[in-house]
Amino acid sequence: MTTTTAPAVAAEVTAPKPLKRRKRGGGYKLFRVTMLVLVVITFVAPIIWMLLASFKTNVDIYNPAAAFNFTPTLGNYETVFGQANYTQYIFNSFWIGLCSTVLSLILGLPAAYSMSRFVMKKSAALVLLARVIPGVSLLVPWYFIFSNMRMVGGYEVLILSHMFVSLPLIVYIMMSFFDSLPIELEEQAQVDGLTPIGAFMRIVLPLSVPGIATASILSFIFSWNNFMFALVLSGSRTKTLPVAIFDFVAYASIDWGGLMAAAVVVTVPIMVIALFTQKYIVSGLTAGATKG
Amino acid sequence: MSATATTRKPGIGHSLSSWANQHRKWVLAAPAMAFVALMIVFPVGWTLYLSVTDASGSVRAESDFVGLQNYLTVLSDTERFWPAVGRTVFFTVGALSIEMVLGMAIALLLWRPFRGEKWVRVAILLPLVATPVAVGMMWRLIFEPNIGFANQLLKWMGLPAQPWLSGQDTALPTLMFVDIWQWTPMVVLILLAGLTSLSDEPEEAAHVDGANAWQRFWYITFPLVMPTFITAILLRGIDAIKTFDILYATKGKGGGSFHEVETLNVYAYGLSFDYNRYGLSSTVLILFFLMIIGCIWILTLRKKRSSL
Repeated sequence: MTTTTAPAVAAEVTAPKPLKRRKRGGGYKLFRVTMLVLVVITFVAPIIWMLLASFKTNVDIYNPAAAFNFTPTLGNYETVFGQANYTQYIFNSFWIGLCSTVLSLILGLPAAYSMSRFVMKKSAALVLLARVIPGVSLLVPWYFIFSNMRMVGGYEVLILSHMFVSLPLIVYIMMSFFDSLPIELEEQAQVDGLTPIGAFMRIVLPLSVPGIATASILSFIFSWNNFMFALVLSGSRTKTLPVAIFDFVAYASIDWGGLMAAAVVVTVPIMVIALFTQKYIVSGLTAGATKG
Repeated sequence: MSATATTRKPGIGHSLSSWANQHRKWVLAAPAMAFVALMIVFPVGWTLYLSVTDASGSVRAESDFVGLQNYLTVLSDTERFWPAVGRTVFFTVGALSIEMVLGMAIALLLWRPFRGEKWVRVAILLPLVATPVAVGMMWRLIFEPNIGFANQLLKWMGLPAQPWLSGQDTALPTLMFVDIWQWTPMVVLILLAGLTSLSDEPEEAAHVDGANAWQRFWYITFPLVMPTFITAILLRGIDAIKTFDILYATKGKGGGSFHEVETLNVYAYGLSFDYNRYGLSSTVLILFFLMIIGCIWILTLRKKRSSL
């Protein structure tokens, strides 16, 4: 309604606008609040359902009367961390995500800077092509090469394959960030005696911390969520969390409680990160989208 | 890079540094370009090569050149390939169009500031960052025909139970729903960024001229946000056409026992890693890749025209 915007509207001189704005008052506000609540429920309720199920025994999961009225148990989490050995998979996912992000930053930051400052359209298009190619078409040759080098199942292969996702992402986000950074700062630094590369290292990079944070968080999330590459290239020792969940249902009948606990273990860390870094994630996902 | 540390010292370090600075355009970009060439361009070339051989079985096995034989086999395959193309198109077009409409509606809903805005934004961010395989498993429980919440909801409303993921005809639409649940927020965020960057003036002018809410949206806001809208179609469409995780995680090998959710990506993956027919799968992948490039080309043409 107009209550919150009233002072700002009243301050303006034009008469017709406040009149018209008041027209969409009560009815519209009620409609908007209802729709917003509906949107929030649609997106959050399934996640809450998964959380609830992860604290239920399988007997309670099979009983509709126990949907909300049940005695919570940690049994499913004991399964996941005990016999299913998820501590190892959490470490694997974390380590692969961290390494692929750091390596992609080292390669991607200078490249994005150069592509932004020298307007290297063709090279940028080549890197962005990586976003378009279906992952399977790279997996086949990688699998050929790395099995002949007997590297399949090692961390190195997984880190390299996840860089295929994170490097283009980092270049894409950082290019639009560097584009928005005024070039005068670097020119001034060069007048003050820094070399161009020195200006990049000492002036541009420190100023780019928000952009780098955005790119790193997204790159880590994409690596953490990646399924297909690890499905083919990981071994039993280097399995990542998505593959571990997939294997959870591969044997015999489904242990729903354990499966939901495993799903919670994978998604909750990412959701907590998202909660605290919301602003960065949104700016990264929408980078370059509004440039037309 | 040692360039900055040695700038003040004369000698070899100095000349190296000045060489690096003179050629900085390529010095800075080269490592990333080399990675892309080794890990992407070379493998794509290899896929092209495999697509004209009969490579299969072990990765160390010999393979023979068979010319365009694989392409003929694939293109005349009405049992697996063409149905997979159909499912890919159905899934992508269906999910994408609903995501765009819902995304636009929710973006308009969130556009003007309101109290509690931050919490609504967090809520729509959650599906977006969740691991797709875990999302697949979550919906698998909800859509379980006997114990799932979905059928219970239908029962409360007095409607008959549905087989959902286990039905031959309902599996793919159910997975489209999951895709829509997870990725509509992405469209919302992109469109919201586009809407926020618009100036208020055109809409206010229309307001003064007496245009109603729908007219203001259809004739003013929507055309203005069109370039962002097409970007959102591009970004989401490229990912939607390649959807793999939720399909494979809920239906497994071959897209279910009747191949009911076998899209091109699932088909190509299965040919490669479940049946080891690398030559044939490379052919499918090349055709798939051409299809994606074609779609992007048409959309960018459209975008250029609309932003003129």
